[in-house]
Order: sequence, then C-alpha cells, then structure tokens
Amino acid sequence: MASLDRVKVLVLGDSGVGKSSLVHLLCQNQVLGNPSWTVGCSVDVRAQDYKEGTPEEKTYYIELWDVGGSVGCASSIKSTRAVFYNSVNGIILVHDLTNKKSSQNLYRWSLEALNKDSSPTGVIVSNGSDYDREQFAENPVPLLLIGTKFDQIPDNKRNEVLTRTAFLSEDFNAEEINLDCTNPRYLAAGTSNAVKLSRFFDKVIEKRYFTRDPSQMTGFTDRKRFNFKSLHYD
Amino acid sequence: MSFLVDSVIMFTSQVLFFGFGWLFFMRQLFKDYEVRQYVVQVVFSVTFAFSCTMFELIIFEILGALSSNSRYFHWKLNLYVILLVLIFVVPFYIGYFVVSNIRLLQRQKLLFACMVWFTFMYFFWKLGDPFPILSPKHGILSIEQLISRVGVIGVTLMALLSGFGAVNCPYTYMSYFLRNVTDSDILALERRLLQTMDMIISKKKRIAMTRRQMYQRGEDQNKQTGFWGMIKSVTSTQTGSENLSLIQQEVDALEELSRQLFLETVDLQATKERIEYSKTFQGKYFNFLGYFFSIYCVWKIFMVKFWSQHISFILVGIIIVTSIRGLLITLTKFFYAISSSKSSNVIVLVLAQIMGMYFVSSVLLMRMSMPLEYRSIVTEVLGELQFNFYHRWFDVIFLVSALSSILFLYLAHKQAPEKHMAL
Repeated sequence: MASLDRVKVLVLGDSGVGKSSLVHLLCQNQVLGNPSWTVGCSVDVRAQDYKEGTPEEKTYYIELWDVGGSVGCASSIKSTRAVFYNSVNGIILVHDLTNKKSSQNLYRWSLEALNKDSSPTGVIVSNGSDYDREQFAENPVPLLLIGTKFDQIPDNKRNEVLTRTAFLSEDFNAEEINLDCTNPRYLAAGTSNAVKLSRFFDKVIEKRYFTRDPSQMTGFTDRKRFNFKSLHYD
Repeated sequence: MSFLVDSVIMFTSQVLFFGFGWLFFMRQLFKDYEVRQYVVQVVFSVTFAFSCTMFELIIFEILGALSSNSRYFHWKLNLYVILLVLIFVVPFYIGYFVVSNIRLLQRQKLLFACMVWFTFMYFFWKLGDPFPILSPKHGILSIEQLISRVGVIGVTLMALLSGFGAVNCPYTYMSYFLRNVTDSDILALERRLLQTMDMIISKKKRIAMTRRQMYQRGEDQNKQTGFWGMIKSVTSTQTGSENLSLIQQEVDALEELSRQLFLETVDLQATKERIEYSKTFQGKYFNFLGYFFSIYCVWKIFMVKFWSQHISFILVGIIIVTSIRGLLITLTKFFYAISSSKSSNVIVLVLAQIMGMYFVSSVLLMRMSMPLEYRSIVTEVLGELQFNFYHRWFDVIFLVSALSSILFLYLAHKQAPEKHMAL
C-alpha cells in the first residue's frame, strides 16, 4: 500500500482510561463488550467522510493506533513503543475524568510522541520534561482531548472537573470532548461532540493532503481534478 | 521510669517507620494513580511500621539496648498488633475491595466481604493441621496457634524467594549468561512488527470498505421489490459476510502475531540495555557480587548448617533482601501492567499481607541464625513452637525452589536463542 494514502492518528493515554473502548466506539460504532488490557499496539480503521455534504466529499480511511502502556514504564518498553510514533498525522489524548493523574500524565505522553516524530515538520524542542505552551500553539500535529468515564463523576464535582479539563484543552491548544465510552449517545450524529470529532478528523486530513509545499502543488491539483471527475461520472 | 523512656523511643521509631511507609506508598507504588481510599494507604503504612519495629527489637536484643522488661513488653505488644492486622484487617479489606470491583455484588458489599473473610479464616485454620507445629495443650485463640500458621505461610514464602533469588541473582548479573544482541537484530524485529501492523491495517480497511459497500447496496436493495430482489439480497450478503469473517480470522491471527513480536522486541531491548549496563562501573561491581553470591549460594545448597552463625545471619539477610527487592520490582512492574485504577487497591493490600507474613516468619527463622545467647527472648515470647520444624521446612522449600528455578531458567535460556535465530 502506498504510503501516500495513509492517514495515521495516535490514541495515547494511561493504562485503563478507556482507549480501546473509545477506538472501538469510533470505528465500529458499537460499544466494546469485553475490554482487556492492550499489549503493544492495536489498530483500527475509521471511515471518515471528508467535507461531508459538499461536492468535494470523499471517504478517507483513518488509521487509529491505540498504543498501550503507562508513562512510567521500563525504558525497554518505551524504546519499543517509539516505532509506532513515526509519521503521525494527528494525536488523540485520552484521560480518565475520575483520575487526576491520568490528565497530568498527558503532558508526558504528548512530549513522548511528538519528540519521536520523525517527519520533518514535527520538530518540537523540549527542555527536559518542562512543558511550554508556545510549543503546542505552533505544533503542526492536530490534537484532540477526550475525557472518559464522564458518567462516573458525581454531580457536585462536575463543574470542578470541567474547569480542569478546560485548562487542559487550552494548554494543548486542542478541542475537548467528554464522554462515556459505554454509551454511544454521546457521539450521536448532530451532537456538538460529533461535530467536534468530525472537525478534528477533517483538520487531520486537510493537514495531511492539502497543505503541501508549493513544490508539490502539481500533485495536489491532479488529485483534485481526479476527485471532481469521479464525482461527475457517478 | 526507664520503661517510659523506652516506650517513647519505641513510639518515635514507629512513627518514623509509618512515615517512611506512607512516603514509599505515595512516591513509588501509587505514583500513577489517585489515592481515593486513604484506608489502603493507612493499612499499608501500619503493616510496614510494625514489621520494621520487629526487626528493630531484634537489633535492640542483640545490642542490649533498653531494659529487658520493656523489650519483652514491646515484643508482646508488637506481635499482638501485627497478628491482628495480618489476620483480621488486611484480609478483610482485600475481600472488601475485590467485592467492590465486581459489579454484580455491589449491593451487599459488607456481607460478601465478611463471607470472603470467613472463607479465608477457614483455610487459614485448616493450614495448620497437617504440620506438626505445636503441642495440643494450647487453646484455640492463643497467640501460638495464630503465629504458627502465619509462620508456615511466611516461611514457605521466604524459602521460595530466597531459593529463587539464589539462582536468579547470579543469572541476572553475570555477563556470562547475557545473550548477544546487536542493533540490527532489534531493527529487523521492529521492521517485522511494522509490516505486521501494515497488513492488519490493509485488511481492516478492506473490511471497512466492504461493510460500507454492503450497507450502501443494502439501502439500494431495499428499493428493489419482488421475488428476485429478495433472492439477490440474501445471496449477496451471504457471500459478503462469509468473506468478511474469513478476513476477520486473518486479522485476529495477525494481531496475535503483532503482540508476540512486540513482546520479543521489548525483551531484546531489555537485554541490550542490560549488556550496556554491564559495561559500566556499577554493572561490573554487581557482576563481581554475582560471582561471589553464586559461590555462596551453591555452598548453601549443598552444605546447609556449616558457616559461622554471625556471618550467616548477615548474608542470609542480604540474599533475602536482594531477592525480595528483585521479585518485588518484577511484581511491581507486572502489577503496573495489569493493575488499573480498579485493582490497584487490592494489589497493594496483597503486597502488604505478603510483607507482613514474611517479616513475622523471618523472626522465627532468625532464631536459627542468631547466636545462642540471643535466642532466649524469641523463645520466651513465642512460646512452645516447634522451631526445628520451621528450620527443616525452610531448608526443604529452599532446595526445591532453587532447583526448580535452575530448571526454569535453563529452559528459558535455551529457548530464547532458538527463537532468535528463527527470524
């Protein structure tokens, strides 16, 4: 398969936050019945209609790479995980709304993934583990923040948790979605969550295919012409 | 008056140990989780504090610090408290947290926790029957009955751990055993892993595309009415779904392969790091220690009661500490991998239970390694336990554990390079 046709999105987060359930929900539109802990990396594919409803609509198949593990694990596991971080087009950061540590660990997760990114545009400089907000503002890789286990927050703590996640999404310069992976209602068509999700994936596709250097412009216009032709003869 | 001073000293040291256990819990064990049930942290720190106090009392015994009356009193007090914690508190909380993880039993948590505890007590009691531990003239809830059983479990644990440690310590640190791993080996494995992921992705894309087409065709099919429309829809979906299930099976097999490749790569990376570590100064120091310990351990396996008691006391302690440390680190890593925010409480409590039982029984065993003049306090406090039984039991289990560890490591070592060469 030509590497030109691939759109790769990483799904990162601490062990047990619900990444596998989330990926299953996003790709199969079904709730995962028997979640078990992920060894290595599990991949799934989501059909995304880019620019849905417009004449330029096209279906892309986005690969969601669910990388398992924890931030504080052995360095042998970390170096092995690094092979999955190559040429990434987008990152979904998942944290557990009932566990503050998982939200804090997201900084380390994003630095681990972005520092290993070998594509020339994804250069992030980090001073040790210090996190710098400006890095994320200029970061070319689109990020999305998803908080899980939303239904398990008691009502009186809800505002506090939502304020905390608002700060988090500001730090990452990313949109945030809060949901419960065992309930597909949160991502039903037409909800603001579904809109945010669609916008994120569209942004990923756009950055991947439609913001090339001027030297590669011919490739871009060829593809657009091809799309238009195929639509015309449908 | 001296009793008061001694008690203050003991109390201060216990508070210090408690604080240390608290910090260890927060910084090491629970650094990735949020502590929601503080009772777990308290129970762990209390177990740790009283376990350490027992060792402190033994050291005071040898040094002759504090007056012997207060020492005797504190021994008894400490033993009662730790037995209370190990037999009543910790097992009850383990049962309680296990039950609260199971969704079905949420309603009657306390009731089920008590049931679990009674089951534990039944097996705990039955444990003492086949062993010739004590003379039958003691009552049921006497301290000797409880200690004897805790002792059996703890001694078995200790013998297993020190047998394993005696074999594993030289194996890990001696460079003679390290397999040769080059960078190109690791790169080749990583390439295979990524190729497998690519195959999984392309098959999943096919499944997704076929599903989409079936769905769209299904919509069109609904418009088709009549007999032929129905037949067509049945046959096309049937071959479609058969095709899909075939591809799904291939995907499942490939996913299993990717997991194995991942674990092999991690293994190779870990070996490579160990090789690099062995070239550093620290590594060379441990390598030397490894040779030294391996000689001592081989000697211990074959000549059990020979060495001078003072040195044997220290060396046995060091072996046990290093094997406990090595095993706990491995267990902790394993637990990090499997524990989620749900099971972390249970796992920490199990660790506390093991730690407590281990410390109680090490007091029993230390009697063997202690010089004669210090044995009296232990004998006096613990009553008429058959100490010889524990010593013999330790030696037997140590031998069994060491031999099975040798067998196990030999098989693992043998198998690995063959797997390696098959790439």
